[in-house]
Parts: sequence; C-alpha cells; structure tokens
Amino acid sequence: MTDKNIFCKGGGCTAKLGAGVLSRILEKLPKAPFDKNLIVGFDSRDDAAVYKISEDTAIVQTLDFFPPMVEDPYTFGKIAAANALSDIYAMGGCVKTALNIVCFPENMDLNILGQIMCGGSEKVIEAGGILAGGHSIADSDVKYGLSVMGIADPRRIYKNNEGKAGDLLVLTKKLGVGIVCTAGRVGEASKRAMNEAVDSMTMLNKYAADICKGYDVHACTDVTGFSLLGHIHEMLDNRLSCEIFADRIPYIPEARDYADEFLLTAAGQRNRNFVGNNVLFENISFAMEEILFDPQTSGGLLIALSEDQAEKMLSEMKEKGMPAEIVGRLTEKKNIEILVKGE
Amino acid sequence: MIKVNAMGDPCPIPVVKTKNAIKELGGSGQVETLVDNEIAVQNLTKMANQKGYKVASEKLGDNRYKVVMTIGEAAAEEKKDDICVPDMRGNKLVVISSSHMGSGDDELGAVLMKAFIFALTQQDELPSAIVFYNGGAKLTCENSPTLEDIRSLEAQGVEIMTCGTCLDHYGLSDKLMVGSVTNMYAIVEKMMGAGLIIRP
Repeated sequence: MTDKNIFCKGGGCTAKLGAGVLSRILEKLPKAPFDKNLIVGFDSRDDAAVYKISEDTAIVQTLDFFPPMVEDPYTFGKIAAANALSDIYAMGGCVKTALNIVCFPENMDLNILGQIMCGGSEKVIEAGGILAGGHSIADSDVKYGLSVMGIADPRRIYKNNEGKAGDLLVLTKKLGVGIVCTAGRVGEASKRAMNEAVDSMTMLNKYAADICKGYDVHACTDVTGFSLLGHIHEMLDNRLSCEIFADRIPYIPEARDYADEFLLTAAGQRNRNFVGNNVLFENISFAMEEILFDPQTSGGLLIALSEDQAEKMLSEMKEKGMPAEIVGRLTEKKNIEILVKGE
Repeated sequence: MIKVNAMGDPCPIPVVKTKNAIKELGGSGQVETLVDNEIAVQNLTKMANQKGYKVASEKLGDNRYKVVMTIGEAAAEEKKDDICVPDMRGNKLVVISSSHMGSGDDELGAVLMKAFIFALTQQDELPSAIVFYNGGAKLTCENSPTLEDIRSLEAQGVEIMTCGTCLDHYGLSDKLMVGSVTNMYAIVEKMMGAGLIIRP
C-alpha cells in the first residue's frame, strides 16, 4: 500500500509550475546571440524548439515528464509518452527518436518501472519513432517522460501564435481529464469516467496531426497543463481576441459533476489566477468555468484555420471517430481578450 | 466548531476533508481548515462562495493559513439581514493611485501607505479587489515595501489588479510580482460595480 501512496500524488500536467511564475523567470534569463536557424525558441512559449538544418528540414526537439496521475504503471507510461510525443505533432513534425527520462525510488519494485517503460515504448513505436536511450535518477517520487526529436519542413511549421482574425478553433480531444483524475485520486470518479479519461490521454495526437497535413493550418498547439483558456491566451499573443462557444466544448460528462463537487486541482486554480482576468464569462456555469481552466494531461490539438477549412477538417475528424469540435473564433483585438458565451 | 488539519495535503484533499467536516456538522456551525498554501485557500474560498457559506481566511505564518466557513443558520441569518440593509461586504473596492498616502511629505506618505496596506490585511471584512494605478502600480512590483502584505491579501481572496499602461509607463512590465495586469475597461467596470470605493 505504501507503494501506491508514493505512486499517485497530484500527477500529470496538474503538476506543472504555474505559467505566471514561469514567465517571470524566463523573461530574465540571459539571451544567446541571435541565430536565424532557430525558428521557434521559447520567446513565444511554444510547444517545442525548432531548428532549421537545411532548406527543407528542421529538427523539432521537446521533452516532457511528470508524476503519475493514474494508479496503473503501464497506463501511466502510455500517457506520459503520448503527452511528450504530442509536442512534435503540435509543431507539424513527425517523430524520429525518443529518450526515456526516469525518476524512480531505489527501494521500489523495479517491475513497476518495467511496466511504465513498456507502456512508453509502445507509444513511441506507434508514433513511428525509435526509443534510443535514456537517463534515470533515484528520487523520492516516480516521474517519467520522454525527450523527443522529430523533423519537420521548416516552411510548414505550426507556430502557436500565427492565427488570424476570423479563424475558427478546432479542439481534437475532450476536456475534463484533470478533474476526472483528481476525482479518481480521492475515490470519487466512476469507472466509466476514468476509462474515458485514460483512453483520451493515451490517444496519440498523431492521427489528428495527420489530418492537419491536408489543410492550411495557421496556428496549432496542444492543450496541456495551462488549460484550454491558458493555451488560447498564448495563441492570442496580445494581438487578437477570441470568442469561445461554451455549447460546443467537448468534455467528459462526469467532469461537470465532479467540478460541482469541488474536486479541483491546484493547477486549475493557478490557471484561473493567471488568465482569469482576461476572460469574461457570459452566463456560464461554475462547472463549465472549471472545465475551461482544467489542466489537461496529454490533451488534444488546438488548431486555428479559416472557416471553410475548419468545417471540412472537423467533418474529416468526426468521420475518423475523433471527439473534435469547433470551440471558438479568433477576432480582432477587443477590450475583452476571451469572451466565453452560449452555454 | 470542527477543526480540519489539511496541512501538507495536495488539492483537492483540503476541500474533501472540509466537505466531510461540514457533513459531520449536520447543520449550522463553523468549520476551520488549516492549509499550507495559498492555492488551497483559494480553492476552499471558491467552494464556500459557490455554496453560499460565509468564509474568512487568515495567514497565520509562513506556509500556514486558516480558512473558516460558517454554515447553515448562522450564514442564513446573515443572508436574511441582506434584505433590510444591502450588504456590501465583499463589494468594497480599494483604489490605490499613488505609492504614498496623502500629500505633504512623500517620505511620510510612503510610510503611511505601507501601514495602510498592512492594516487592511488585518480587517475582518476585506475588499473584493484592490486596483493599483499610476504611482500605485509601483507597489505591486519588485522592491515594493508592501509586497508581502499584498500577497497575503491575494491569498485571502482579494483580487489584485495593476494597470498595464502604468506598468509600461514606469518600465515595470516585467517587474510585476503579485496579482494580474488589467486595463481601463476592467478598472471602470470594477468601479461601477463597487458598493463602496476606498481611496487612501
């Protein structure tokens, strides 16, 4: 039983440091001399670093690791890997190699680590990549993730902040996995809800990204710890505003009930503190507000593209069985940055 | 009163423990919850507000906070009072437009402002928000003598807002240490919606 306790504290992307704290530090770091081949660095707080090595090839580099958010080690491995691989897809790249990042208590059963890494390696193979090494550290708590390298066409990189006014926003996975896992941690989540959350978190964003390749994507990011509203805030880049269609938000139905029971994460409240003042909720229920601030582990892609392209992309995704929806529209910059309405 | 110790518990455990205590109370009364971080205070406050419980919180020391909820008749009675006298609690807005209080001697004014903000943290009734603009914007930034007190107010649920134009003007845009950046539209909206505006 003690193993279990160590194994599952506030895990997944709910364990991320708040965006507010982070941006203050990042802004103060010394800057390296300008290199024109670095197409994406953390100036724009994008999902991954992109470095051009020739006219038609850029390296996409990212890493992600976190503590477990589910009890089962094999499932945790799959989720952590799907989450780490996602950043490559959010940039428009394809996965090439991955390295394991492991923190594991010395006195814990190594079979557990074996199951975690087995889940992770399965996802890397599914992504079409090669697991090529890794690094492990003895630590008091379990943490696992991947460092991933992918490649992309430098002319077709999806930045997170190049959306245009009038674009629609397509979200490819349901929200609410943070709330459901939190409820699960205190024994309040139904089996059905947990299963849906796990299926969603282990699903690779590869399939949504493959569909994206057929469209003129203006901006793309994956929705993770900073919540839908947090990631939209980054996408707007102080340059645009956005309307969110609350009636079209896809979410795990039980998340609403658990939010009404206040089974909420610290990270969700941090997200509210960070972006809440830029958001106006027009007759939106408390539970929906919480779903929009909910930190997602291995969340879906959020894609900005023109109206007719978005509708076509949505029907193609729906045909493939994805729970995608059009969740909002980018507008010219207004007084209110994010307006949520229409629940 | 039931006392709940949620020190060291990650969210949502403090909320779950507090809800169980409220159930145990089985009616009216008070539940006092001890937590070790501001976010837990905010999550508890959010629950109390949604449920219509009266809630007050206090910073007891480093990483030590107390949240007291009043449930049932005690809270209901106070609601009844609202019908006779509009209760503007939680709807008071403090506006700080300068880094010092009053005019005459600025050095004295700075001391007075520090004392004002400290005294504010000690009140039973707190304002819903504090808006900082013009010279006041310096108080929410690096090197402000009152940062700790403003953070404590924020931890107790007071919204801290600083005018973005003002931060730009003083070159403090990357020095904001507490609360969030706001704009004139939001400032006007806060002022129009306030039951009482306090301007030291």
